[in-house]
Amino acid sequence: MAIVFKAPNALCDVPMHYCPGCTHGIAHRLVAEAIDELGIEGKTIGISPVGCAYNNYLYFNCDMIQAAHGRAPAVATGVKRSLPENIVFTYQGDGDLAAIGTAEIVHAAARSENITVIFINNTIYGMTSGQMAPTTLLGQVTTTTPYGRDAKYSGFPIRVCEMLSTLEGPAYIERVSLHDIKNIKKAKAAVKKAFKVQMAGKGFSLVEILSTCPTNWGLNPVEAMKRVENEMIPHYPLGVFVGADLEV
Amino acid sequence: MGQKLLMKGNEVIAEAAIRAGCRHYFGYPITPQTELMHYMAKKLPKIGGVFIQAESEVAAINMVYGAASTGKRVLTSSSSPGISLKQEGISYIAGAQLPAVIVNIMRGGPGLGGIQPSQSDYFQATKGGGHGDYHMVVLAPASIQELYELTVEAFNISDRYRIMTMILGDGILGQMMEVVNFRDEEKIENYDKPWATNGHGNKREHNMITSIHLDPAVLEQWNIGLQNKYKLIREKEQRYELYNCEDAEIILVAYGTVSRVCKGVIKEAAEQGIKLGLIRPITLFPFPVEAFEKVIDIPKAFLTVEMSSGQMLEDVMLTINGRKPVYFTGRMGGMIPTVNNIMTKVMEIKEKHR
Repeated sequence: MAIVFKAPNALCDVPMHYCPGCTHGIAHRLVAEAIDELGIEGKTIGISPVGCAYNNYLYFNCDMIQAAHGRAPAVATGVKRSLPENIVFTYQGDGDLAAIGTAEIVHAAARSENITVIFINNTIYGMTSGQMAPTTLLGQVTTTTPYGRDAKYSGFPIRVCEMLSTLEGPAYIERVSLHDIKNIKKAKAAVKKAFKVQMAGKGFSLVEILSTCPTNWGLNPVEAMKRVENEMIPHYPLGVFVGADLEV
Repeated sequence: MGQKLLMKGNEVIAEAAIRAGCRHYFGYPITPQTELMHYMAKKLPKIGGVFIQAESEVAAINMVYGAASTGKRVLTSSSSPGISLKQEGISYIAGAQLPAVIVNIMRGGPGLGGIQPSQSDYFQATKGGGHGDYHMVVLAPASIQELYELTVEAFNISDRYRIMTMILGDGILGQMMEVVNFRDEEKIENYDKPWATNGHGNKREHNMITSIHLDPAVLEQWNIGLQNKYKLIREKEQRYELYNCEDAEIILVAYGTVSRVCKGVIKEAAEQGIKLGLIRPITLFPFPVEAFEKVIDIPKAFLTVEMSSGQMLEDVMLTINGRKPVYFTGRMGGMIPTVNNIMTKVMEIKEKHR
């Protein structure tokens, strides 16, 4: 009997720890499918973040390094500069990348490090139980903005793609979403393109993936998907910010 | 045979690292160690190496973490305030058991302090510095020649034990020039690194470099492994110089630059008929307790001399453990103890133990 659908080779066959309705699982699958389709598992090195995805070194079947909070782009720089022929990616959440790791992501992008960054934006800290992230929307209730995020008190959410797009370093930056099948397919294409950009030696690539956190949002999985569409996308518009015409 | 050159300390460390097979350097400018990175910026790109001026010390140490994970010999350097910033990465490197070499050319603190030489980072270097139960190997050269030899050795030690090794110098060692005799060939120890994350090539299981173990029973075992390694290092790697200790009335204890001032003191005292000796620790971790055991019965007292408020003093006291009186003298903030400063203390001790 022909196999028409199977788990990607680049994912290990182990149970994941993510909450029901969390889109980390989908994002992992997309990364793994891209690695499979490009045939690069044997030469890929991934960098795990601090946050909910801290132990995805157990999930991806390529060599993996667990990094300190926010430092994944610096660790990836050390790896890529040591092994320029290998493929190097980081997988980071919004607290990791856009708060504590702001310097590292900006400068990796400015240097146009030839790495791929998978950036999960779910507007909240998941692992530490629902604190405000740099990407938390105005009015959003979190454990550290219990009355809703007030710009006068806690500042404004950061649009990472737009910010990094002001630099000359990045080769490819796109924001995608996982809230429905159509968008998941687009996200897959973006992740694959980001790896291809690196394989072609074009420089820094980043895919921001709008994701869910039903547990800390206090929503069920279906409501959470709707929140991505109705509340997040208006603030974080989807699309290609750098490298729309880049053929790889 | 070899090559005899007049060179600055900071540059000698860089040259020694290159000779030891290091082709990856990540750093951030800070006085008084910056010539080291200038040297690397000039040399490494010409020999197929990598030099990156990072956006911060925090980024630099994490680049070291990445490069070390691939199994490459890698170096970073800084001075006191910058080393504080690197502590996070050092703790992770200790936790993940990665080999790498770090240089601290100490300056006076705390805070931004000054840029003159100091030894006030002894605690930070030898007791951990970052969070968690860990140590680095800490080497304390006292001459430009030793900066060279110990830097080469640091890479071998790091690979031998999967540990970070620190070269702990001070602003004088970094800035001064002396003659250095380079060997024609270095003794580079080559170790297999089957743990390295360099792409499994579909030929082995995937490797993982990590310092997190959420199961406390697993983390305890991991820590026991680290402690066993430190025990082995304490047994195998103690280095020191015993100078003039036979029949010394007082034995001075000093490392690095201060040990050289102490040798001046010993000479001066001899002219006055006073017999002084010196224990010069070359490894600060592991602390050379062997040296003390060899001479413990000889002097009436020990005198620790540092460019600090008395940090190594605590290890000296732990080692001597009440068996002999231990005294201290030192200067802080970038001031260097003079022969006169130390002689004054010697005379005071001599008076007390007539």
